[in-house]
Amino acid sequence: MTKERINVSRREFLVKSTALGTGFSLGLSLPFFSRAAFAADGAAAQALSTPEMNAWVVIQADDTVIIRIARSEMGQGTLTGLAQLVAEELECDWSKVTTEYPTPGQNLARDKVWRSFSTGGSQGIRGSHDYVRKGGAVARHMLIEAAAEQWDVPMDECTVANSVITHLPSGRTTTYGQVASLAAELFPPEHVELKDPKDWKLIGQPIKRLDTDDKLNGTQVFGFDLTLPGMLNAAIKACPVFGGKLKSFDDSKVSKLPGVHKVVAVEDDAVAVVADTWWLANTALEALPITWDEGPNARLSSASIEQMLDEGLSSANKVFVGNQNGDINKALKGAVKMVEATYRYPYQNHATMEPMNATARWTKDKCEVWCPTQNGEAALEAAAEASGLPIEHCDVYKIHLGGGFGRRGAFHDFVKQAVAIAKQFPGTPVKLLWSREEDMAHGHYHPITKCKLVGGLDDKGNLSGLHVRISGQSILASVRPQWLAANGADMITFQGFQADGDHAISYSVPNLLVEHAMRNPPVPPGFWRGVNINQNAIYMECFIDELAHAAGKDPLEFRRKLMAKHPKSLAVLNAVAEKAGWGKPEAGGTHLGLAVVKTFASYVAACAEVSVDDKGKLKIHRIVAATDPGYAVNPQQIETQVAGSFVFGLSALLYGECTIKDGAVEQSNFHDYPSMRMDEMPRVDVIVMPSGGFWGGIGEPTIAVAAPAVLNAIFAATGKRIRQFPLANINLRDA
Amino acid sequence: MTKLKINGKPVDIEVDDSTPLLWVLREQLGLTGTKYSCGIGLCGSCTVHIGGEAVRSCVVPVSSLDASQDIITIEGLTADNNHPVQQAWKQLDVPQCGYCQPGMIMSAAALLADNPNPSDADIDANVTNICRCGTFNRVRRGIHLAAQIIKDNKGGDAE
Repeated sequence: MTKERINVSRREFLVKSTALGTGFSLGLSLPFFSRAAFAADGAAAQALSTPEMNAWVVIQADDTVIIRIARSEMGQGTLTGLAQLVAEELECDWSKVTTEYPTPGQNLARDKVWRSFSTGGSQGIRGSHDYVRKGGAVARHMLIEAAAEQWDVPMDECTVANSVITHLPSGRTTTYGQVASLAAELFPPEHVELKDPKDWKLIGQPIKRLDTDDKLNGTQVFGFDLTLPGMLNAAIKACPVFGGKLKSFDDSKVSKLPGVHKVVAVEDDAVAVVADTWWLANTALEALPITWDEGPNARLSSASIEQMLDEGLSSANKVFVGNQNGDINKALKGAVKMVEATYRYPYQNHATMEPMNATARWTKDKCEVWCPTQNGEAALEAAAEASGLPIEHCDVYKIHLGGGFGRRGAFHDFVKQAVAIAKQFPGTPVKLLWSREEDMAHGHYHPITKCKLVGGLDDKGNLSGLHVRISGQSILASVRPQWLAANGADMITFQGFQADGDHAISYSVPNLLVEHAMRNPPVPPGFWRGVNINQNAIYMECFIDELAHAAGKDPLEFRRKLMAKHPKSLAVLNAVAEKAGWGKPEAGGTHLGLAVVKTFASYVAACAEVSVDDKGKLKIHRIVAATDPGYAVNPQQIETQVAGSFVFGLSALLYGECTIKDGAVEQSNFHDYPSMRMDEMPRVDVIVMPSGGFWGGIGEPTIAVAAPAVLNAIFAATGKRIRQFPLANINLRDA
Repeated sequence: MTKLKINGKPVDIEVDDSTPLLWVLREQLGLTGTKYSCGIGLCGSCTVHIGGEAVRSCVVPVSSLDASQDIITIEGLTADNNHPVQQAWKQLDVPQCGYCQPGMIMSAAALLADNPNPSDADIDANVTNICRCGTFNRVRRGIHLAAQIIKDNKGGDAE
């Protein structure tokens, strides 16, 4: 592989704006900010007087390297991975590296020099690896050039390692910190070359996270830990029925309670109590008589939604084709054996451990918001919209997230509400925190779908045709209608079934038809860690297992036969089968199940080992998981993400279901929407097998194989197919 | 007025009797390391030590407490972040988003104070906190490592 030659846009690197200082100082005037938004205490304050190399790199006189991170850290380790990418090209001393977030307002003022702030779709690393490395490479070049200029020697006689520049002929040395001021005055180079991956020293290393220390002693500031001088606290309740409105409330008693400042209507569907503390605000809110106009969805129920989906399983109306080849009708007619099954996947809530929150301060000239967000720019747009001010008069300060999982990326309902409340208290910061109950009632839920699959086997027991009909909710139709295809199709619905690309099907099926009957119940859907691959992987991988058993074939062999043209998928599948001991006699009453998918551009597979006792109690003993993300920036973080994926994916399989009654979600807290705990957590053996040449995602892919691998293992244990979820509703022995 | 002893210091609190300890810590004393997540004692994010026991502070009304009880929060676990659990957590990079970790650390520390060499079953039974990022396996390794650190310290400054 050759080095990547990159042309540098001078404009991009020369947009050095004084707006930066203004923006940072806004945050820095607040005592928390050096901790919350910047990793090193004091570093950011000094950065104000230290010129930047470019948007990504600031070097201080004491050799501290500040790397700017545009994407949000929410536990997935992207902050550390992105810093590794920059530092790799910068050739700096890793022990001197610290990080900071630019604000979305600064990005706007500097013509989007940091590009996307969006942290979703497992894009953090794979969506920005090239330009952040370029930022590091450009800075390195300028620093060496500055040293050469100072010594009056040719630049190519100088080398650099660990922030120390050496003039080879004379042996003279200097450090980045000593030449940083001079370097910042230079023009960026016309071209820089990115390193050949074989020369990487930091990328690929299991480097420790940069953000651990504060998480061990309570000093890490999360959004709802924020305290501003004079701040008030708000608790909110929106109409529990989707689409319902606020009719009236009677604040005669509540507004007289000690500590309560005001009861306010928020937008047209919610009411908030604003008080000295959140506890007082929420206690008062619970006592507040509220009348709702429940609107058109007051009779919506899980049963009526089920009817919509059932109709879509066989209807010809509003059906979109996601992938097809060959002649499915002919193939099924000619099949020696037909297999048919219908699966169902429920609504699920993100249930981030930190409930939704945002703090806003509004004046007639300016609106500022502090919030945990996966997309600072979207938060800024939401703030501007709600504030009624030009976006240039608004800014958002990103605070660390207590979980995101997709809830805090596309949706900033909590920001709009906070601003709407703060507008009623000009100049006073107001912190809005949702109760867990509010968080359960007003999610943007993992969409509901059903899926009917019909497969045909030929006389040799090979798969001759497959018809997949998904019926159910489109995320894009509700959230991003502008992303729908020209014919109205939501292609994200077909994750894992697509003909090619980041979410391609892992098999070559001779005759294939994959369709989606779009049925959109009035329950707000959202991107939920993994998005649609979670249920699609169950549909495909469990049904492939069903087909293999119907053909009397080993599920691994049956898959392999369809994977000749999918070598990377085959490689991860083989890796888990081998490590898990597939094909060897199953000892001790445990049974194995497989699953494999390509999604978010990565290839992942899992082999689950389970047992089911006579009473139907499931124990998941072990999961072997393999992932090929192309380049593995930090194997330790990948291992952590993969293991964590199983908690998210298995919590969904075991417990995740939101049901609808009278137009509202029935679940309200962790008692009726449980999440997996330590005693249910299997051992996870992670195989990281980067094959190079591409950049795949990490945070989401492996979730998809958790459920189907376990379900296929349950079948191996019991001979029963489970096609409705969550498992908590089902006795595995009587299913 | 309620008198409490928190992280070794006596404090006077003036709140309604029914206010949970969690909100006293967070909103009266600025000890925001202790987190709210469920408010009904299910998830463990608000775990603190009361008299050495791991307790879910969101369901403890302040009226049930007095200054005779030692209340320890994550901020008061150690003066210099060197509790064996914190050391182990750092070595293994246990936290992901970190939100549940103060509660997780307080639960682990209480378990180890009671049982310096817990088995996996002991950990399952005693550390029942919810983590949605999925740190459980590293939490388990962290507890075993902390037990080893305590053993190596031979009763030094373990707690």
